[in-house]
Amino acid sequence: MNPIIKEITASQLKTDLPPFKVGDGVRVHTKVREGDKERIQIFSGIVIAHKGTDIYETFTVRSIRSGEGVERVFPVNSPNIAKIEIERVSETMRARLYYIRKRTGKAAMAIKEKRLDVATK
Amino acid sequence: MISTLLGKKIGMTQVYDAQNVLVPVTVVEAGPCPVVQVKTVENDGYNAVQLGFSKKKAKNASKAEQNHAAKAGVAETPRVLSEVRLAAASELKVGDVVTVEAFAEGQLIDIIGVTKGKGFQGVVKRHRVAGGPASHGSMFHRRIGSIGMRQTPGRTWKNQIMPGHMGGVRRTVQNLSIVKILPEKNLILVKGAIPGANGDDVIVRTAIKGQPKQA
Repeated sequence: MNPIIKEITASQLKTDLPPFKVGDGVRVHTKVREGDKERIQIFSGIVIAHKGTDIYETFTVRSIRSGEGVERVFPVNSPNIAKIEIERVSETMRARLYYIRKRTGKAAMAIKEKRLDVATK
Repeated sequence: MISTLLGKKIGMTQVYDAQNVLVPVTVVEAGPCPVVQVKTVENDGYNAVQLGFSKKKAKNASKAEQNHAAKAGVAETPRVLSEVRLAAASELKVGDVVTVEAFAEGQLIDIIGVTKGKGFQGVVKRHRVAGGPASHGSMFHRRIGSIGMRQTPGRTWKNQIMPGHMGGVRRTVQNLSIVKILPEKNLILVKGAIPGANGDDVIVRTAIKGQPKQA
């Protein structure tokens, strides 16, 4: 990458992110502006994809809302993301969990879990 | 005030604006541009200033170029010289330096550059012709089709689209907005794409159209 462009984008990159990965259950705290008021909205689900580098880095969170699968793609470095909480840590066999889109019922959100205390060690 | 700068396209990236929206931007290194020559109606028949940009090694610059710059008090011979026509006589003097501070954030600008050369291209790429079916026995894939009628008019019209050389021409992109200016680095961040490859020379000027009407 051009050093000038790297310098411009470097200041916008976050350094305080938790080390979440694909398969983890996360709660994403997003800032929502309504008129002149700002509040925090939480989107929770499983990270099914984590793509890109630098300013282009994004991750996709999938959850089931009233029986319907919902996915949101977040830019990792967006100032609108206030916080990312890791709820549970999983072990996955895939880099991208697109196969869970085809699953229904209980299996839709079931990902092989790792015990949290083991993972955080 | 002068509203044109010479510059160089650095490349594209994305930045978050004040509303936290991710905006695609082109980074342009613009100026500093020393005024090398001032042309006036009395002397030259029209008003203009000649701006310089970047620098040239002394071994690559001719004596004429070197002395032309030295006469204006410009230490390093500019690699690019370009004239900017002005409606009225210039307030700028020879030796003045124009920088990105001539522009403001949020302002609309035009950028002029030379597009990337694409070589000899067919009509599908060059003129956005739809082309024919790919299969089902079609033997008409990316061809041009008919280029005219019959005995009347008995010739092909002027401007009939045909394959040929594409790209490598001067193009102006109008009404780009300035997302950010970094004066200490002589950089302008412009929303959207501009002509040319990274590292190509461009001209940045205040937008001719799209400016708020002056009362």
